[in-house]
Amino acid sequence: MGFLTLFAHHRGFDPILFGGQAMMVVSGILVVAALTYFKKWKWLWKEWLTTLDHKKIGIMYIVVSIIMLLRGFADALMMRAQQAMASGDTKGILDAEHFQQVFTAHGTMMIFFVAMGLMFGLINLVLPQMLGARDVAFPFLNSTSLWLFVAGAGLMNLSLLVGGEFAATGWLAYPPLSELQYSPGPGVDYWIWSVQIAGIGSLLSGVNFFTTILKMRAPGMTLMKMPMFAWSVLGSMILILFAFPILTATLAMLSLDRTIGMHFFTSDFGGNPMMYINLIWAWGHPEVYILVLPAFGIFSEVVATFSGKRLFGYKSMVGAIMAITFLSYVVWLHHFFTMGAGGNVNAFFGIMTMIIAVPTGVKVFNWLFTMYRGRVRFTSPMWWFLSFVFTFTIGGVTGVMLAVPAIDFQVHNSLFLVAHFHNMIIGGVVFGYFAGLTYWFPKIFGFKLNERLGKYAVACWVGGFALAFIPLYILGIMGATRRLDHYDASMGWQQLFIVAGVGVLVIGLGVLFQILQLAVSIRDRNKNRDTTGDPWNARTLEWATSSPPPHYNFAEIPEVTDRDAFWDMKQNKSQKAKKPDFKSFYMPNNSSGGMFIGLFAGLAGFAVIWHIAWLIAVGVAGVIGTIILRATNENTEYKMTKQMIEQERGSKL
Amino acid sequence: MLQIIYRARPIFTGIVLALARGEKLMKKMNNRDKVGLVAALVVAVIVILIMLVYGNNLQILNPKGTIASQQRDLLVFAALLSLVVVLPVFFMTGFIAYKYRASNKKARYTPEWDNSNKLEAIWWGVPILLITILSVVTYKTSHSLDPFRPIENAKNETKTIQVVALQYKWLFIYPDENIATVNYLNIPEDTPVKFEITSDAPMNSFWVPQLGGQIYAMSGMSTELNLMAEEPGTYEGYSANISGAGFSDMNFQVISTNRADYETWVNGIKHVPKSLDLDSYNELARPGTSDRENYSSVDGDLYANVVGKYMSNKGESPHKSHEGTERY
Repeated sequence: MGFLTLFAHHRGFDPILFGGQAMMVVSGILVVAALTYFKKWKWLWKEWLTTLDHKKIGIMYIVVSIIMLLRGFADALMMRAQQAMASGDTKGILDAEHFQQVFTAHGTMMIFFVAMGLMFGLINLVLPQMLGARDVAFPFLNSTSLWLFVAGAGLMNLSLLVGGEFAATGWLAYPPLSELQYSPGPGVDYWIWSVQIAGIGSLLSGVNFFTTILKMRAPGMTLMKMPMFAWSVLGSMILILFAFPILTATLAMLSLDRTIGMHFFTSDFGGNPMMYINLIWAWGHPEVYILVLPAFGIFSEVVATFSGKRLFGYKSMVGAIMAITFLSYVVWLHHFFTMGAGGNVNAFFGIMTMIIAVPTGVKVFNWLFTMYRGRVRFTSPMWWFLSFVFTFTIGGVTGVMLAVPAIDFQVHNSLFLVAHFHNMIIGGVVFGYFAGLTYWFPKIFGFKLNERLGKYAVACWVGGFALAFIPLYILGIMGATRRLDHYDASMGWQQLFIVAGVGVLVIGLGVLFQILQLAVSIRDRNKNRDTTGDPWNARTLEWATSSPPPHYNFAEIPEVTDRDAFWDMKQNKSQKAKKPDFKSFYMPNNSSGGMFIGLFAGLAGFAVIWHIAWLIAVGVAGVIGTIILRATNENTEYKMTKQMIEQERGSKL
Repeated sequence: MLQIIYRARPIFTGIVLALARGEKLMKKMNNRDKVGLVAALVVAVIVILIMLVYGNNLQILNPKGTIASQQRDLLVFAALLSLVVVLPVFFMTGFIAYKYRASNKKARYTPEWDNSNKLEAIWWGVPILLITILSVVTYKTSHSLDPFRPIENAKNETKTIQVVALQYKWLFIYPDENIATVNYLNIPEDTPVKFEITSDAPMNSFWVPQLGGQIYAMSGMSTELNLMAEEPGTYEGYSANISGAGFSDMNFQVISTNRADYETWVNGIKHVPKSLDLDSYNELARPGTSDRENYSSVDGDLYANVVGKYMSNKGESPHKSHEGTERY
């Protein structure tokens, strides 16, 4: 290491790797060519790259996440193909190390660059409007978070191109396997720095949304009148604030081990790999709840809206979210009961884990009773919700089983475990985010998504999910461990792996339907225009604006008197007529600073991976310099007056 | 690429059309037929899965050791207990969604009804009760099935076997018999076995599902796992934690025999030509997979030295020992 070996690859020519590289280069060239041909560079710069508008930042998060989702899904296809084939003497399509890189990349990508990205995207799209705010608390910080996220994703993709390898250690890179002694290549460094840079972005976002929720709510919106989505985001952001610094510190220590020969986590010289495993899960378990709480929030909004009924048991739901927030800090050890900490320690963490099932179960019952005596409309977000109830409940049951240490000893690190967490992440998080994307799509883009194709997509996802993961539960019971690149034919595992492979193809069909849904919806956008701003007869403030909302969201900040603020306004029309006096307000100017911070941070990360000292200096100096430039810039806001708004609208206020 | 997608468009239209036709058929069906169709599909999937599983070894549900049996019972108990919540949830979801569908104008509609302390008490109370029961069971079994806990009340005296996870093979040392094997081990039935486990490689996990749960193998440390086979047989063992490129080949077999056969086997091993000293250990420890091996004698301090070498800070990295540096 220590020098750049472009396209170099110690395993020689690899058609799958080359295919990936070629696809990346070609699509990059295509994008650049298209932008140039249609003369869109200026538009891209002004409207997108330098914007501080939370809605556009949200869209960019989602676009990046969806690209990464397709990559992560391609990894899933390869893994399923490999395991369906590699029985006995057949070695499948990938060699062991490549297979290990593929599942490491799959996990890293799906958690850090798909789930996290979709989450921040969705929060950005609607949280400020929901609170009756014009933007987030710190718009510039928001853009910085986005670009750090993009820089992380960029580094991860770059690993394919420069160096040609990613970590082959599993998505949490346990030492000592991830130490220099056993993983000498740049793969683990790529993993560290893409996660590290994106993670710092997430931490900054946590600060931002936490402040936004506490300080930017519309007058009258007390905490107990906040929409449930805002509560769930609050819980999630509290978790980020306490959990992500642990990740940052842990990755920094691992990087010091690898880069300058320290011994935090090595097996020898007093290093302690068990410490890493504790630290990474002290972040990693809250991370699961960071992802799933906002999904709970989305379902709370979706179920109330489509049942035409107030959310049932609001206070109890708030209590449940806060209980989950607290409890998720005291369960991390359940990820390694098998380290052998002893009866009392294992029992404590096992019981804490089970207790989480109580508030989670309460939420499910409250959603069901929101539907009870309602008028339920079965739109595709509701289809996602109903599928979620089934998959998530099954995941909950297997989760409680895994929480009993004596059972965990038997199923830990088996495919049973893999099936369990996919049940939670796909059945909980992903279904929730898809419900949210479908639900809020018309708000942001001004037209609804095609419902029929959306429902086909749900059906394929759920059916495919069952086919792909029920076999994994059974395989776990049959003794199949995770991460096997091949297995003995005598085990009798192959048929079930083939069924799982078919399942992932069915999910793939669902993904195709989603792409088709987007294309068809754009084609038919004029038919499905939302002219009212409230296509679903919804209940919360984000629907009080037009679709899409103006960049300042609200000309006049609404006053809130009820939990379902917008529903209340619709019911009491007289109140709506009583308009507050218009006051001019300030909006942030565009800034390229966030983008440059991301760019320099990415450069610094790249330089550390390849030990290029001068480039590290350039990257770090660039980040600090940009921050200083931004901090000394006094021209960061402009005043929105009545005239400007009327001019933009083309009508009187 | 785009060309291929464009050419393949009839396939997509075909799928959509087929689904649309299915949708039309579904609309014509009455509700009972729909439920029947879904039930038939579910049954078909279950039947197919049973057919695929039939005749294969569901190792965790088919225990052959005292620990594994207790763990199996616990797993079944936890699953059944969860059904107390799961079944009502599934039933209620279907029932409520169907009854309160928007088109059913006969159903009661109370848009402002959003709270009921009585109902809340039920769904806080019942899960708390279930979790309390399970917590008591968890506390007890965390101690009674703790891997470090010796197996009591057995017919025979406990036997110790030392386990070293290497890149990518398992070394088993029998300190009492002074023999060693690689990638397989014999144990006498109805005899508690105390495995002392370490690693001279990245972290692995020692797992024999039919005998009982796993424990990590970590360098510089010695973990323990107490298991006992209740009948003769051959049981699969795995490493359940990724440890590098050859990790998928880190399988081994545990052969449980009666006492007499065990003694015969030990005597046989004592006559093989190879013995395990420092040099042959370093040879064995080189990264790579391995076939079964037998060693008629073992350097008595080998296990202690493998654990100990990561604890010394003499300024040289222990993996140098792979190159044959004198370490012990």
